[in-house]
Amino acid sequence: MADAEALLAQSHVLELAQPLALDGGQALTGVRVAYETYGRLNVDKSNAVIIFHALTGDQCVASPHPITGKPGWWVRMVGPGKPIDTERFFIICANVLGGCYGTTGPASLGPDGEPYAMRFPVITIRDMVRAQVGILDALGIEQLHAVVGGSMGGMQALSFAANWSERTRAALVIASTARHTAQNIAFHEVGRQAIMADPKWKNGDYYGGGKGPDKGLAVARMAAHITYLSEEGMHEKFGRKLQDRTEKTFGFDADFQVESYLRHQGLSFTDRFDANSYLYITRAMDYFDLAEEHGGRLADAFRASKARFCLVSFDTDWLYPTAESLTIAHALNAAGSPVSFVELSAPFGHDSFLLDVPALDRVIAGFLKQ
Amino acid sequence: MTALRPDLAVIAANVAPGSRVLDIGCGDGALMAALRDGKQVDARGMELDPHDVAECVAKGLSVMQGDADSDLIDYPDAAFDYAILSQTLQTTKRPDQVLDELLRVGRKAFVSFPNFGHWRVRASLMWHGRMPVTRLLPVAWYETPNIHHVTVSDFRDLVEAKHLTVEGAWFLSGDKRISDAAASWRAEHAVFLLSR
Repeated sequence: MADAEALLAQSHVLELAQPLALDGGQALTGVRVAYETYGRLNVDKSNAVIIFHALTGDQCVASPHPITGKPGWWVRMVGPGKPIDTERFFIICANVLGGCYGTTGPASLGPDGEPYAMRFPVITIRDMVRAQVGILDALGIEQLHAVVGGSMGGMQALSFAANWSERTRAALVIASTARHTAQNIAFHEVGRQAIMADPKWKNGDYYGGGKGPDKGLAVARMAAHITYLSEEGMHEKFGRKLQDRTEKTFGFDADFQVESYLRHQGLSFTDRFDANSYLYITRAMDYFDLAEEHGGRLADAFRASKARFCLVSFDTDWLYPTAESLTIAHALNAAGSPVSFVELSAPFGHDSFLLDVPALDRVIAGFLKQ
Repeated sequence: MTALRPDLAVIAANVAPGSRVLDIGCGDGALMAALRDGKQVDARGMELDPHDVAECVAKGLSVMQGDADSDLIDYPDAAFDYAILSQTLQTTKRPDQVLDELLRVGRKAFVSFPNFGHWRVRASLMWHGRMPVTRLLPVAWYETPNIHHVTVSDFRDLVEAKHLTVEGAWFLSGDKRISDAAASWRAEHAVFLLSR
């Protein structure tokens, strides 16, 4: 793994000077945005790239996770000589608004010195982007070389390209969608209800006193995790194999490996994520409908954009399947934008964008090279 | 840069500079790159093979993964000055309908295809009674993507039946030009420029 020195990794926290006007009508004061940068901003400030993170991601795209110590979530893509080349680009990755890694979220203290908890306003994907545009303003970056994102990161990239159209020359959107479908919303609602059903959630006021709603959050993560994998991927990895035993126990232990795996995923997630953040961020995703923001016609969202677009989907992704990327691509075509679209073949379902898919490396490197 | 395939070179030479082009079945984007770099053409592509699409994106080209048979419908009328279909017509399910679509999305259309009436093909059928495997048609009948073989004469008939205008026609054997009169049996490749 490339060390921090080679990456020129730096951690920053920006406090926005102005209140952040939110789509919900409220204005949030004293917003802090935690972000990492990699590489060097060139003299004319033309080589900056924002990477937007996904639902449970964070700003440590290529540096070790502050809690788990695991390598950055996209370290295979970001680094010297890698597809998103830190020797060429100045990379910015910020924790989203509503998050729990330093950017203002429900666990942050409100003006009265108490954690916001459920008094935190409901936010949107566009609000998340708004907060990150604050970083560009603070750094004096007029226009980005590109915005890049997978999954919820792709939604932010689309929102950025649509609403701050003059501020990026390119947008790369991977395994994403222009709107949450009923099925997407349904899965999120299962997760939220699991959190809220946990007695330790206490209407969100669990900060300060012992453990939060870990059981509920773990169940939410388990349900969501299933949507990130493909059926055949799961079958190949686990099949009906039993966990550390030769016979079924005729009980409700984690007999099957897939159960054990999911329980582990759920449990370890609670070490690194705030349950209220999970509520707010999933809500923002559910509210996302880029066409709705632009009079109901998706093409109209991109009329003002002069950016190049590249959309990538994966054949085994059933969370944001290829049809969603195609809808965006067709809207961009109708708007006359230069757009590329490709469906890549990979066995890992929605998570493919984070995993070893060499074709994705080629597409990203090639698209950003221009 | 490597030299363009002869039929693509003909097309590249006859596209007006600065025009808008849709290259359907653009492969690795060689023609689009040549048009962009040599003639400041705004070139867009469509290609079925994801590896080729990735290759195009890596060249900085705008290419949609898609199928000539089904996906041209997503483009608005007259969105392009030219629609280009090179070496692809004979692989489509309904070449006649694809031709209609080409001249809907493009004001003009370049169509190039291997001539199944070439004398080698005729000889192979005549003497051996078998579907030919030649330099330009190197794949056996059971696995060839060319499901609608077409001759120069067939194509001229279709153009006439559809009342299309032939704005230009070029016939090639290797990279040599063949006269219109001899094209039916001597041309390996045909390139037509059509309008409605």
